[in-house]
Amino acid sequence: MEFKFTQENLDRIEQETKKYPVRKPAVMAVLYIAQEQNGYISFEVMKEVAEILGMTTEEVLGVVTFYTMYHQKQMGKYHIQVCTNVSCMLRGGYEIWNQVKDKFGIDNMGVTEDQKFSLEEVECMGSCGTAPMIAINEDYFENLSKEKVEELLESLKENN
Amino acid sequence: MEKIVLPDIKDLHLIDVYESNGGYNAAKKAFTQTSDEIIDQVKKSGLRGRGGAAFLTGLKWSFMPKTTDKPKYLCVNGDESEPGSFKDRQIFEFNPHQMIEGTIITCYAIGAKIAYVYIRGEYHKWIKLLQKAIDDAYEKGYLGEKMKETFGTEFYCDVYIHKGAGAYICGEESSLMNSIEGKRGYPRVKPPFPAQNGLWGCPTTINNVETIANVPKIIEKGWEWFSQIGHPKHPGTLLFGVSGHVNKPGVYELPTSTLLTDIIFNYAGGVPNNKKILCVIPGGTSMPPLRGDKLEGVKMDAESLKEFGTAIGTGGVIVMDEDTDLVKVLARIAHFYHHESCGQCTPCREGTGWLEKILKRIIAGNGSTSDLDLLITVANQIEGNTICALGEAAAWPVKFMVERFRDYFEKKVSKEISLPVANKVHSMRHTAFPLADVKK
Repeated sequence: MEFKFTQENLDRIEQETKKYPVRKPAVMAVLYIAQEQNGYISFEVMKEVAEILGMTTEEVLGVVTFYTMYHQKQMGKYHIQVCTNVSCMLRGGYEIWNQVKDKFGIDNMGVTEDQKFSLEEVECMGSCGTAPMIAINEDYFENLSKEKVEELLESLKENN
Repeated sequence: MEKIVLPDIKDLHLIDVYESNGGYNAAKKAFTQTSDEIIDQVKKSGLRGRGGAAFLTGLKWSFMPKTTDKPKYLCVNGDESEPGSFKDRQIFEFNPHQMIEGTIITCYAIGAKIAYVYIRGEYHKWIKLLQKAIDDAYEKGYLGEKMKETFGTEFYCDVYIHKGAGAYICGEESSLMNSIEGKRGYPRVKPPFPAQNGLWGCPTTINNVETIANVPKIIEKGWEWFSQIGHPKHPGTLLFGVSGHVNKPGVYELPTSTLLTDIIFNYAGGVPNNKKILCVIPGGTSMPPLRGDKLEGVKMDAESLKEFGTAIGTGGVIVMDEDTDLVKVLARIAHFYHHESCGQCTPCREGTGWLEKILKRIIAGNGSTSDLDLLITVANQIEGNTICALGEAAAWPVKFMVERFRDYFEKKVSKEISLPVANKVHSMRHTAFPLADVKK
């Protein structure tokens, strides 16, 4: 499926490239913009990004595969990220991880059939002082308990 | 005790409030002096890096070449991915302008026209908060070409945020530079050091967010004032992030050399249900852990912690009570480093995986006493044999946890299971770098 950036996003990309003496460093920001527009980074997206920034597709692929926040498949509308690293683990991170896993019947990097929820076990998110935590898309939810998680997930289920 | 980086002033993140509390006066003062004088003051203040290695900041700045045709760069490291650290986000949220002011002064001191603030991709909220602060600073003429008018100087600089995308290794300075260049975040072989060959082959200095946030106060109040706070060889305050089994987890700004027991029991409110402490990691998961029964007299600064066989790291204190399963904790730490190893160096790429597998074998009940030696052997094979310090970061927690909690780990393994014996020579090798002078 062919991919083209919207004019608005092309303008944003030009803004990003102005930060650097050459165009290539904008690739990380451009991939975020692409992921926002397309939902995930497909091969066509990488080709287009490479074209715009004067890189090879392989270089773009190298960046996409190195960083965990670029997804090569469509994730759910609500991408739920549960931290299970030490500080969260000590305060019940794994209980929350299992709770979310059981609730949706999906495992790490799994997506529910209706494409509404996806799940990822993430490394330390910098919320150690407010552990345990989960992040949903870009928002942090901290100082959680099983009840709070249940309430949060239910409210998302009702939300369209 | 006066706080330097996170003072208790309401709404300090707003530029008007920051200005009315003397904000941007330090930058004005700095522009009345030469860049050498600024570097000299920071050197004399004894300020050391807050990102983990505690390197002398003024000395680092002085490595930047004075005469060069190439542009110079400053990178402010806000990758903050070390498990147990959550201090930089407090600065972005509560005192961003002090960091921006520090960036201006640092740029002036080293002669950089552009500064990149590298922030981890997960910090969407804090990136927006800092971007707002930067925009405000531009509007008021504290950044960009308008600086010439505001400060009455020929110098000006620009500050940009570079957003990461989820890679722990990008907190390592050379990896961070590759990431800014739009490449895979692979660490570079040193030398050449960044001051000679950094971003796009140009002279570059990389400082932690907290380090930079200290700079304006040193210029404003003088190096003598700063050097008298805390430990003489590691002066100032540190943002201690206390997490794990404590009643009041959070970030506490305290002078260096504060007693660890003071931090845990007085500031962080002690351990829930008055349980005993089994283990404390003093500076983020990469640092060698301390036994809970040996915390008396431990002072939190780079120099004192050497005596106790550990290091200050990022000041992320993780407390574990007596009911913690240390094997599971260590396996989780090993999993983290295995996941985050960039894969360039074989000892790290393979070794971190072996550490994790051996620990999972112990958890599954199939561990033998020789596995404990094997863990130390593998850790020793990683340490000192990699391009960057992730090797040490992965090896130290395993090696020192097993050594210091040998009694605990022996109860978790069976003497009955016999496996090929680990290479004893390697398991006895002394640690190579840079804890060589640490007492066992």
